[in-house]
Amino acid sequence: MLAQEVVRELKDIVGDAYCRDDPQTLVVHSYDGTPMLQALPEAVVYPASTREVSEVMKVLSRHCIPLVSRGSGTNLSGGTVPVQGGVVMVMHRMDRIVEVDLENLTATVQPGVNTKRFADHVEQLGLFYPPDPSSMAVSTIGGNIAECSGGLRGLKYGTTKDYVIGLEAVLASGEIIRTGGKLMKDVAGYDLTKLLVGSEGTLAVITEATLKLIPPPQHKRTMLAMYRDLYGAARTVSRIIENRIIPATLEFLDQPTIRVVDDYARLGLARDMEAILLIEQDGDRESVERDIARIAEICRGERAERVEVAATAEQAQKLLAARRSALTALARLRPTTILEDATVPRSRIADMVLEINRIARKYNVQICTFGHAGDGNLHPTATTDARDREEVHRVEQAFEEIFETAVRLGGTITGEHGVGVVKAPYLEWKAGAAGIDVMKGIKQAFDPHHLLNPGKLFAKETRKRVVIDRG
Amino acid sequence: MAAALRLKLDEDQLTNCMRCGFCLPACPTFRETGLEAESPRGRIALMKAVVDGLMEPDTAFEEQIDHCLGCRACETACPADVKYGRLLEQARDAIEDHTVRHRPWVRAARKAAFEGLFPHPKQMRLLGGALKLYQRSGLRKLARGAGLLKLLPEPMREMEAILPEAAFRGVVQRIGVRHPARGERIATVGLFRGCVMDVLFAETNVHTVELLTAAGFEVVIPPAQTCCGALHAHGGEADAARRLARRNIRAFREAGVDFIVSNAGGCGALLVEYNHLLHDDPDWREEAEWFAARAVDVSELLVRRGRPLDLSGPKPEAAGRPDRITYQDSCHLRNVMRSSDAPRELIRRVKGAVFVEMREADRCCGSAGIYNLTRPEMAGQILAHKMEHANATEADYLLTSNPGCLLQMKLGIRKHGGGRRMEAVHIVDYLHRHWRRAD
Repeated sequence: MLAQEVVRELKDIVGDAYCRDDPQTLVVHSYDGTPMLQALPEAVVYPASTREVSEVMKVLSRHCIPLVSRGSGTNLSGGTVPVQGGVVMVMHRMDRIVEVDLENLTATVQPGVNTKRFADHVEQLGLFYPPDPSSMAVSTIGGNIAECSGGLRGLKYGTTKDYVIGLEAVLASGEIIRTGGKLMKDVAGYDLTKLLVGSEGTLAVITEATLKLIPPPQHKRTMLAMYRDLYGAARTVSRIIENRIIPATLEFLDQPTIRVVDDYARLGLARDMEAILLIEQDGDRESVERDIARIAEICRGERAERVEVAATAEQAQKLLAARRSALTALARLRPTTILEDATVPRSRIADMVLEINRIARKYNVQICTFGHAGDGNLHPTATTDARDREEVHRVEQAFEEIFETAVRLGGTITGEHGVGVVKAPYLEWKAGAAGIDVMKGIKQAFDPHHLLNPGKLFAKETRKRVVIDRG
Repeated sequence: MAAALRLKLDEDQLTNCMRCGFCLPACPTFRETGLEAESPRGRIALMKAVVDGLMEPDTAFEEQIDHCLGCRACETACPADVKYGRLLEQARDAIEDHTVRHRPWVRAARKAAFEGLFPHPKQMRLLGGALKLYQRSGLRKLARGAGLLKLLPEPMREMEAILPEAAFRGVVQRIGVRHPARGERIATVGLFRGCVMDVLFAETNVHTVELLTAAGFEVVIPPAQTCCGALHAHGGEADAARRLARRNIRAFREAGVDFIVSNAGGCGALLVEYNHLLHDDPDWREEAEWFAARAVDVSELLVRRGRPLDLSGPKPEAAGRPDRITYQDSCHLRNVMRSSDAPRELIRRVKGAVFVEMREADRCCGSAGIYNLTRPEMAGQILAHKMEHANATEADYLLTSNPGCLLQMKLGIRKHGGGRRMEAVHIVDYLHRHWRRAD
């Protein structure tokens, strides 16, 4: 529990109503979207301005109390769970869209603004903010920045980091820094803007962001292709890119997923299909039509069993339904759903999917894989029951082997969800010992007393990498 | 109380919540406050914390469980299909059995209303008669003039102002029990007349019978039926709700009907869940399944199974131009009975009227049973935001499928209408106005 004089100091800064340490408030800030992880904070504050964030940080710094900044708490790697206690800082009150600059095509927002609300607002003004994480109806820009969230449009449009061009942030000392600006080019010193994006709240608390906006696409088409052969689907993905076509979305569902989705949504999907690709292209009408026609040709060339191009918006929605209901269908199978993310180079997708299925069989657990085939970012999803410790242990072992496989195939342990707590033991597999040392050095430079989101990114101990003997 | 919660809460459902947060944007109390505790995810976490022993169920916990509107929009948004409505009812049931926070007069009022009034149609009619007397005679004018109404708490005073004329004679007293179908009989349906519906909106019940018979249904109104029990179930009186359910099931079983039709989303939602309510009662489980499978809302029945009604009656041009109509979903009809297309379909069939979809029509209006009386600040906040969207439609008529919503919308128009001409009407009444009898 936080000492009363500290609570008093915090209340003096944010107001009595906006610093709480009652049991109810502590409980509801002890979790996020990560399964089976919970830890009570000592207090929760709701600042309304950068100045308040800075003042709070100074108090916490003086008393050496950790701080965990939080948006909507939808992240999946434990990034907002206060595993070492301390104060949770909820950014929701700072939710203004400060300005949309139509001349410079930028927007400046406070971190607590809801991503979908922001994207819709920008759209109404005739502009486009592409990063579309599946959580966007719930998550905040600040959270997206902390985790460098991706989304379905990542391949063609990039991810959050490609759109953050300026930040205002509060350091552990309470000092306020400004990085970048409304600039397309700025090489003054190390690129702190890009460093902070994806830093998972361990280097600074973001209090304002300047985002780049682009003109919206005029036209969009959606299509679906089903494959009896997984490699056919994988080759399709490669050939699309080889043909210099970058689709707006290129989504994938594996066979276990298809069966589960068919059970749930009854879309009449053929259950012996090994893969479904969902492809969308946007842009000007001519190139979209040309690209979609070419993609359909490629799909057929790779022996797709069925290729459907949506003629109307309603038809497009129907095709998208399979992909959209994947998480819902999986989540209804068993009480606990562990949604992971392992990314490999695009050319290794088929291998990765086959390995995941093999690993799932080896540990006798259910793992269904869907995800962003276009950029190699797959979401192997395990369904289990948190109360069955034995099965959960097998699931954890399976994921460990999946991360190992991803790295071995030239990929990474996390494409979008972040390292947080869950993947900290494996960070060294990707970054290497020297990499970890440098990262720790950076952390030390920003936050020498380890107050910001402690216990994340860097595990106390790295898991030993098991060399899998496949005989 | 912690033990009772541990016993009554469904642990499978508590574990099922992935804490993904998809429910947050759908939840009215979260939208109004921005506080995690006021969201379904937060409330489930609190329940789980009590069950896990992480937290004691204190007064703040009880209050928070009370804050929930019970609109169940979260269930529609939830990927994992967490039965939040069930958890809420279980939590309230456990809380009510052990709470110490009700002041004696609240306890007495609850007992009087829940046990002495709603379950007794005769008592309800007497109340209706008394209310009518008050409204019709000089008493109301007197009370207003003398400023007596100022003695009432504000939410009640506001409610008094918009109450329609009450009735002593309910639908059975007005038109009788059995009504043959017009033309070939498609099915026999039992009308669920409701307790509040029959006192404040008896004419709507009459209109419901007329539309159903015209659509080809034989209608029976079993007099032995009683209050559906929704207020009880939602208020933590699960045993009382079960008693009422048994009475209703017996009444409609004996009437030998194919469907049980309601015109109140709030009631219909509990009727379709009678099977869940009586799941643990071996003597009634099958009967409850029979009943729940046949409970349906009037809009749904008319659209899916009835013969199309002739809705080309008196031109819907009250202001000399086509009526603009909008619709406020009944949360329970939409989220529990899973019906939102049928009412809109019916409205579109009214020849000459223009249907305008209200923004966030699927969001609760703040009525939520008696929530607008027990939690007037939050209900008022929600209503104010709702009326912003309603006013933006510039509709002449705002239709609803539930008496609670209807009263709340009347209130909203009075408080926030700004003098616009908008009338809140039950969808059945509006359809009836423009229905051409095939005589």
